[in-house]
Amino acid sequence: MTPPVLSVLPLAVPAVAALAFAVFGSRPAARWIGAASSVALLAVAVTLAYAVVTSGPGAALGGLLWLDAVSVFMLLVIAAVAVLATSGTPGHFRAEIAEGRAGPRTAARHGALVQAFIAAMNAAVLAANLGMLWIAIEATTIITAFLVGQRRSRAAVEAAWKYVVLCSTGIALALLGALLLNYASSTGGGGAGLNLVALADSAHLLDPDVTRIAVVLLILGFGAKAGLAPLHAWLPDAHSQAPAPVSALMSGALLAVAFYAVLRVKVVADAALGAGFARALLTVMALASLAVAATLLLAQRDYKRMLAYSSIEHLGLVALGAAIGAPLAVAAALLHVLGHGLAKAALFLGAGRVLQLTGSSKIASVRALAARAPVLAGGAGLGVLALTGLPPFSLFASELGIARAGLATPGMGWATTAALLLVLVIAGTLVWHSSRMLLGAPADVPGAAVAPVRTDTTVVVLVVGLLACAALGVTVGPLDTLLESAADILVGAS
Amino acid sequence: MTETLYAQALNLAAGALLLTAMLILWRRELAMTIRVLAAQGLALALLVAVLAAREGGFELWIAAAGLALLRAGLLPWLLWRALAESADGQPARETRPLVDVASSLLAAAALALLAYAVSRPLVELAPSAATRAIPVGLTVVLLGFFVLVTRRRALSQLVGFLLLDNGITAVGFLTTESVGLMVELGVSLDVLLAVLVLRVLTTRMRETFGDTDLDELRELRD
Repeated sequence: MTPPVLSVLPLAVPAVAALAFAVFGSRPAARWIGAASSVALLAVAVTLAYAVVTSGPGAALGGLLWLDAVSVFMLLVIAAVAVLATSGTPGHFRAEIAEGRAGPRTAARHGALVQAFIAAMNAAVLAANLGMLWIAIEATTIITAFLVGQRRSRAAVEAAWKYVVLCSTGIALALLGALLLNYASSTGGGGAGLNLVALADSAHLLDPDVTRIAVVLLILGFGAKAGLAPLHAWLPDAHSQAPAPVSALMSGALLAVAFYAVLRVKVVADAALGAGFARALLTVMALASLAVAATLLLAQRDYKRMLAYSSIEHLGLVALGAAIGAPLAVAAALLHVLGHGLAKAALFLGAGRVLQLTGSSKIASVRALAARAPVLAGGAGLGVLALTGLPPFSLFASELGIARAGLATPGMGWATTAALLLVLVIAGTLVWHSSRMLLGAPADVPGAAVAPVRTDTTVVVLVVGLLACAALGVTVGPLDTLLESAADILVGAS
Repeated sequence: MTETLYAQALNLAAGALLLTAMLILWRRELAMTIRVLAAQGLALALLVAVLAAREGGFELWIAAAGLALLRAGLLPWLLWRALAESADGQPARETRPLVDVASSLLAAAALALLAYAVSRPLVELAPSAATRAIPVGLTVVLLGFFVLVTRRRALSQLVGFLLLDNGITAVGFLTTESVGLMVELGVSLDVLLAVLVLRVLTTRMRETFGDTDLDELRELRD
């Protein structure tokens, strides 16, 4: 069993960091509080993962928190993405402040909000109770709304409005689902309430008709927050308008946390209704998401929106892995979450740097980046290749795992084939758009800045993120045991 | 409380919930919809109070009082202030709704039928006076959804969202004797926070757009 103090640290560390930002935020040295907090968080997550692998799952904080292989894996994902995002933050704000687009106070407020955001995500994956999980995810919506609208431009305000309205509505559906599940569980369900573990154990006692309605609402609602079609419309707006470090966290970690809720619901759904029901629902949502991403990427003119649609694609693939539901597919889906988090966070930071250099997020206005900023361009290029699922990056391994499991599962062959075709289309489009940005001869336009750009922390973070993603692709190493036991929990085998 | 009185009081509260939802769908003046929303908050509090009188639970009485304060007092007041701030020179009406009144009311009837069809298993699981009112709660949820997607002004959308949330809260209290004060508290807190966020955003919207008309929101699309 894990030491109780340690289990509370994922909430306490960012909370203390948020306070520190509130107190010392305007001093230059305070810029690195966020990164320090994230590194500490990563160390805590690794320790907790080790404790869970060696001595099994356990409750903490009077039963409010539950730590098993799935939740500590998600802690690792959040911490890893947070390290990238918060290390990129000081560089991002140095450029913003130099351009006069932000002041030290905005930077401090941003730092505090980001720490609160991380704490809410950690609370979501550690919550022992579906109600608490719901509250934590709703809290992320509220905190990030202020971050998305940070720039206060017309577009940023519009994005924040759509984000809050759509996500709050989606999450309200999930709340209705949770209330109905509670109803089913309190009426002849063995008194499990909304406790995730007890609910999974006693799911066979739940009334199937009521549970079916509850599961549809829960998966649609949390799916909306995870950026899955049909309620994905907020995502491209929010991700393209948010400041780069926030986009990195939202795309890399928040979508995964919302999908974590779907995974927990699926365990209950499978036990109560058989594997077919949640599978059908998730397959439809996965293919719809992939189709949306493929069609809207083809004519895309904005590179930040391009990355956002790529997130819809990857969450679609994760949903497909969950739909397939074999242990291999679920483990691959979890690995995909981590690989996508690292690569996408790195790329969003890179895109933020490109935006600062060129002043435009239009693909057409970025030309020959490789000639101006070779390291940045190289990193971005490799990052796009990572997203398309090329080796050695870990997304190759996880997509291969999902595809193999899908083709081996009866009834999932056609869906897997359709998904692979869509992934190919998306990969081609991504490479086409980014090659237009990165390659070519520099334009001979007077006024276009031609001075070579010096390598800065953002670029270092970009490279480190991709290296981590590649290392994971070569070997998952000690994560192997963790992934296996997490997959066992999620397919209901343990 | 006798069985008949309890059932009648419950039906009265549920009826008021449904009626106010229909009124919001029907009327276009923003000031009027905010008043009706406050009345619906009272109906919701009444519903919970009837349940509390039946169960005699202390928690439920607190929840009823809290709902009255939040949904009939604080939230409408926040909307009211937002409306007053934007009133100068603006017509306080939903001027360009996507669906006209007659079609809205027809759609409402269809949505009510849908709610009754969907909630049959919910009623059958534990038939009682309380669970028989679940379809009403679900109808309010669907009507809220409808308002949310067919109205163009920011404040109207907020009203739609709160309508949706009132319906969900009603279903929550009707389905279980003890929702768990903690979850209920969290839910109310979240509604409050969501509205605060949206309030801040409507203010910013006015600063940047000079209006809260969501028709202006069309820079971002593919």
